[in-house]
Parts: sequence; C-alpha cells; structure tokens
Amino acid sequence: MQSFDLGKEGLRALNSSLHALKGQTNMTAWEVINPKGAHAIAAGVDAPVDITVRGSTGYYCAGMNKQATIRIKGSAGPGVAENMMSGAVIIDGDASQYAGATGRGGLLVIKGNASSRCGISMKGIDIVVHGNIGHMSCFMAQSGNVVVLGNAGEALGDSLYEARIFVRGTVKSLGADCIEKEMRDEHFAIVEELLRRGEADHKAKPEEFRRYGSARKLYNFNIDNASAY
Amino acid sequence: MCGIVGLFLKDPKLEPKLGEMLTDMLITMTDRGPDSAGIAIYSGARDGLGKITIQSAHPEKDFKNLDGDLHDAIGQPVAMLVKSTHAVLEVPIGQLDAARSALSHLRPDVKVMSVGDSIEIFKEVGLPKDVARRFDVARMTGTHGIGHTRMATESAVTTMGAHPFSTGPDQCLVHNGSLSNHNGLRRELIRKGMSFETQNDTEVAAAYVSQKLKEGEDLGTALESGLDDLDGFFTFVVGTKNGFGVVRDPIACKPAVMAETDEYVAFGSEYRALVNLPGIENARVWEPEPATVYFWER
Repeated sequence: MQSFDLGKEGLRALNSSLHALKGQTNMTAWEVINPKGAHAIAAGVDAPVDITVRGSTGYYCAGMNKQATIRIKGSAGPGVAENMMSGAVIIDGDASQYAGATGRGGLLVIKGNASSRCGISMKGIDIVVHGNIGHMSCFMAQSGNVVVLGNAGEALGDSLYEARIFVRGTVKSLGADCIEKEMRDEHFAIVEELLRRGEADHKAKPEEFRRYGSARKLYNFNIDNASAY
Repeated sequence: MCGIVGLFLKDPKLEPKLGEMLTDMLITMTDRGPDSAGIAIYSGARDGLGKITIQSAHPEKDFKNLDGDLHDAIGQPVAMLVKSTHAVLEVPIGQLDAARSALSHLRPDVKVMSVGDSIEIFKEVGLPKDVARRFDVARMTGTHGIGHTRMATESAVTTMGAHPFSTGPDQCLVHNGSLSNHNGLRRELIRKGMSFETQNDTEVAAAYVSQKLKEGEDLGTALESGLDDLDGFFTFVVGTKNGFGVVRDPIACKPAVMAETDEYVAFGSEYRALVNLPGIENARVWEPEPATVYFWER
C-alpha cells in the first residue's frame, strides 16, 4: 500500500506519481490522506490501480480516469469523474454539480445524492446514484445508463440523445424531448447488472424502476425541414 | 468567479475566535478571488452606541482629528478607532444620522462602508491575506461574519467595488455571480429613494434587499422576492444584526457548501474553506438547493 499525505506532499507530487504508473505495475494499492477538499485529486490516472481517498474532495476528482478504481471516503466536489474513459469511481457521500459529465466509459457510483447536472452530455459512462439527482441531470446525454434509486429533479434528460435513464422514485419534471418508455427484458437486465456493480442490489429491485429516454423528435435530421436548417 | 465564506455562531464560546476562523476561511478562497477582499463582522452591540465604519484613500489627512471635529458638529462624544484605510466611529445611537450627515460636510472624500449597532465592514483591493492582515481581522470577535474574495467580471477593481456591500443599517450582502437586470432595477430603486456609490450589480442586489426590509418584509421574504425580481446568476449570503441568510438562483451554477453543528452554521463556496472548522468531521454538510431561501436568526 502506497500512502500519500496530501497535506505534506502536495497535489502535484501525488498526480505525477500516479501519472508515472504505466500499464501493469506492482504498486496497485494507493491511499490518499488529508485531501481537505483539494482540487483535481487523482485526475488523469491511466493504470489498473486501486486508489482510496480518505476524506472529501474538491473540483474534478478522478477526472479523465482510465482503468483505475478510485474510492472517495467522503463527498466529492463539482465535476467528479468528468470525462471518465474506463475504470470505476465510488463515492461514499454526496457528489456536487455535473458528476460524470461527458463520461465516455467506466462506472460512477454515488452512494449519497448527486447535485444538479449529473451525467450532463455523457457519452457511454454508467452512473448509479443511491440517493437523488438534481435538476437538469442527463442534459444532452448521448449514450450510457443512469440508475437512480431516489428521485430526479426538474428537467430530467432535456434534449436527450440515446442515453437510458432509470429512476425508482419520482421525477419532478421531464426536459424537452424526454419521455417515459416501456421497461423491456433487456432493460431489467441492465438495471439488475448495474445495481449489482453499483453495490445497490440489497437496496432496490429492477422492477421498481421506470425508464426514460429520447422521443427522438428534437435531434433527428428531418428532410421535410431541410429548408429550416 | 468569486469566493464567499460565512460563519454564524450558535455557541458564544466561539465568539472570541470568529475573526481567526473567518480569516482562515477567507485566505483559503484566494484562488477564487485574488483581486480584492472584504469582511463584514457583527460584534455585539453596546448599549446606546452605534457604529459607522468609514474608508479613505488618504487616511492620514481625513482621519486626523476627525473624532474632535465630529464631536464639535454633533455635540456628543465620539470615539474613533483607526485601522489602516478604515476607521470605526462610535457615537450615541440616536446620533447616527446626524453624524453621517456631518461627516459628508467635514470629510467629503470619506466613504461610508457601514452603519449600525454592531456591523463593521473592512474591504480593500489586494490579496485576501494582505487585506486580512491590514485590518487585523484575525483578532476580531463577534457573533457572525461574512467574507468575500473577488474576481471582478462586471465592474472595476476598486475598494468600493469590493464586497460586502451595505445599503441599510446592520445589513450586508456578498455575491458570487453576475446580474443582468441591475441597471433597470437601480433606476427603480433610485426612484424609491435609495442611493448608490458604484455601477456594480451586487450593490443593486444589496439595495433591493434593503428596500424590501424597509417596506416591512423579513429577511426570508425579501430573499424570496429577490428570486422573482433579480435576473442572472447568483449565490448570495446576507447578514443582518441578528441573522444570516443564503439563497442561490434557480440554475445554481455558482457553488455553495454549508455545514452545521451545535456550535455554528458555516458557508463556503467550496468545502476547502470549511475544513479547519472545529468538529467539521461530524458536521451536517450539504449543498443549498437552488431557488431556496435559508436563514438563521438568533
């Protein structure tokens, strides 16, 4: 176990040590202590390592993550796991604005609540939120899955492309071109798998969720409207 | 971008440390606003006395014998404590208006930062740590206080453009964001009798709240009204003699984190600002909801 005291050694030293890990490494377990809400902790990691941050983090923790499993034993500031490519980010507490924004792959698990704009413009990431998500979540979300055990705020899935949204509780309002859709077998299977991987299978069952997706009226090119473009 | 910090103490045992805690929080928010900084501190009102905090670009000239000159003008005892470019004048509470009016004749270049029973405001251009040191904020005591670090976007980097803004007795407001309808609102408020020192958008928000309080609304209702009438981005923290309020616009892009324990309620633009507060590990920490008014009063 590599233990790193952020208060003593500083953020640049941490991130450059993590960036130096290329491909396979025998330093697979890392612990970061005294994060004290610092920004960009473990951003840009590209190695199959396990990093545990003992405390709450500031902006962009685990941003652009590739391969690593990053656990936050506290709450996360704005933009956690922004543009994640692969790997996993697991937050014990809450996440601030735009968690998982633009994410292309990997799994983001938020065991508390997520604030506004969770999964905005996501492009393939999977997000599991044990609590609620805030307003304008999944705005312009393109692909990937979001599973929410609690409730969703206003304007869910506004201007949605092909991401799938599963909500167990209430939805305050749906955004433009976002509609409720039928849960078919393949959707129950997706939710079941994500609940398991998101450490939430003891809290909810797939049949408790409703599915929301794009009505596909807003983003499709329609030849009849060609003169309007 | 700007940084906001605020502390409302529930436990009087912490009152001697208010300035020290706020200074630490303010300096942590330097990255969010390095061009100027300010602090409003509410330090227990003294029987029958009121305070005017003033600022001058030429303190040696303007503050020289000002207490004596004011005493002659209003015929009442005046105490003056000079802190760098600011001075706090203490006068009998019934004489606050008379003293303020005399001041505008005696020292026309002096700017009034705040007036009230307990409020004092200190703000200047410069790094938060330098501003805090200049006014010795760490040694101030009090019941609640609000600090701001500014990264100017909307009007010039000047002392008067720094926050907090105070537009009514014992009232102050700080802002992270920018308003888009402040020019129209300023004209309306001028028609209602408010006066303005700057072209700054935040001063309009402060005056808006002061006008609503003057019309008889309580702080919570005044902030609710602001959600309808103020257009733009904002996280506001406001202070009154007994209270401390927070409100964010409905889009809520501007960050805000709050923490509450049995001893205090704290506000920070980021969690970083709160990490050295006593008992923060076990505090209830949350993000204020958009378009929702929070306030605490003693």
